[in-house]
Amino acid sequence: MSAETMLAFDTECHLFIPGCGFEAPGLHSFVFEPLFTIGGYEFNKPMLLAFLSTIVVVGFFWAAFGRAKVVPGKLQMIGEAGYDFVRRGLVYDALGKREGDKYVPFMVSLFFFVWMMNLWSIIPVMAFPVTSVIAFPVGMALIVYVLWMYLTFKKQGFVGGLKNISGYDKSLGWVLPLIMVLELLQHLIIRPFTHAVRLFANMFAGHLLILLFTIASWYMLNGVGIVYAGASFVMTIVMTAFELFIQAVQAYVFVLLACNYVQGALAEHH
Amino acid sequence: MNALANMAAEVPENPLVPPIPELVIGLIAFFIVFGFLAKKFLPNINKVLEERRKQIEGRIEEAEATQAEAQQVLADYRAQLADARHEAARLRQEAQEQGATLIAEMRAEGQRQREDIIAAGHAQIEADRKQAALSLRQDVGKLATELAGKLVGESLEDAARQSRTIDRFLDEVEAKAASDTTKAEAGR
Repeated sequence: MSAETMLAFDTECHLFIPGCGFEAPGLHSFVFEPLFTIGGYEFNKPMLLAFLSTIVVVGFFWAAFGRAKVVPGKLQMIGEAGYDFVRRGLVYDALGKREGDKYVPFMVSLFFFVWMMNLWSIIPVMAFPVTSVIAFPVGMALIVYVLWMYLTFKKQGFVGGLKNISGYDKSLGWVLPLIMVLELLQHLIIRPFTHAVRLFANMFAGHLLILLFTIASWYMLNGVGIVYAGASFVMTIVMTAFELFIQAVQAYVFVLLACNYVQGALAEHH
Repeated sequence: MNALANMAAEVPENPLVPPIPELVIGLIAFFIVFGFLAKKFLPNINKVLEERRKQIEGRIEEAEATQAEAQQVLADYRAQLADARHEAARLRQEAQEQGATLIAEMRAEGQRQREDIIAAGHAQIEADRKQAALSLRQDVGKLATELAGKLVGESLEDAARQSRTIDRFLDEVEAKAASDTTKAEAGR
């Protein structure tokens, strides 16, 4: 893997060098050459990072809860805090303790997995949020969607489930058909779509910003441009700190929505 | 530049169209996490949390039992203290009563003794008085006789002389009485 494929821009190019323009990051920054190929399928950096996320999350919980003790160690205490945050702050809050307990493992896994995939964005060397490739948020949203639909029809029955997702309500009178169309559209298409795209777009934009300032810092590092490069580098640091925050928020929002959808599926038709 | 051009050529038409291999890999990666957490680690920690909860509850119960015991001991102690106070008060009462009886007895005894002493004193005084009266009578008789003798011995020529004689006699009597008193005082 050459430096160019790693960094996705020309490292020799600087400001004030003739015939050498600024190469802004774009969609091409999110496409990677395959690391290797298995049976015609390419294995690239985001896939590697996805598996690394699995290893990190499982590794962390192995270390924290593998041999859990009644009197916790430091790591277990951190793990318990994270576990409790998702369990109480998200799942119990939306679903209640009795109903919610069943979904705790799923939501905990979802939160930490998504967060870890986001976190790669600011980890040096890796420096790429896995969730900025649409396939990964879509995968997660798809699981939630399937769970949501399954629960809707299991809990409410076929007709009740249909009523639930179509917002059927006799008292609405003649606007009912309109409402039903909107509700069906919302439940079947808009919600899962926005669920995935919200996460994707946030991570995509964040990565783009960090990339932009990083590349600009390097590009302007020539002659008097060093001043601009400094400013740009400061922005890189600021954006990195901001991303750290956004990554957690987006993982939180993703799981919060998942909990709300499950709650909607379990709730009686409203 | 060449590599960049290659990359640009690989850019998909729409970044919102998910590539299938990534989708599959993402799902696999997630389900591995889910499997481990749901089957192993979270039940693990739930068991431990439950155990901790029980232990804490056990400790609380223990503490409650200890507290109840302490309360019981305190109540017993207070009851004993109250008994002791009652007992002490009773004893004090008894002692007071006994003391009062004793004082009354002693007072009666003292009264009796005083009356005895007074009676004895009275008897003594009476005896002394009788003796004094007796002795006085003798003395008066003797003096009267002496005086009469002197009156008779002197010539009763004139009233002045008589009165001088009587005065002299009375002076003698007084002097005698005074010397008697002095003697009695010295003799005491």
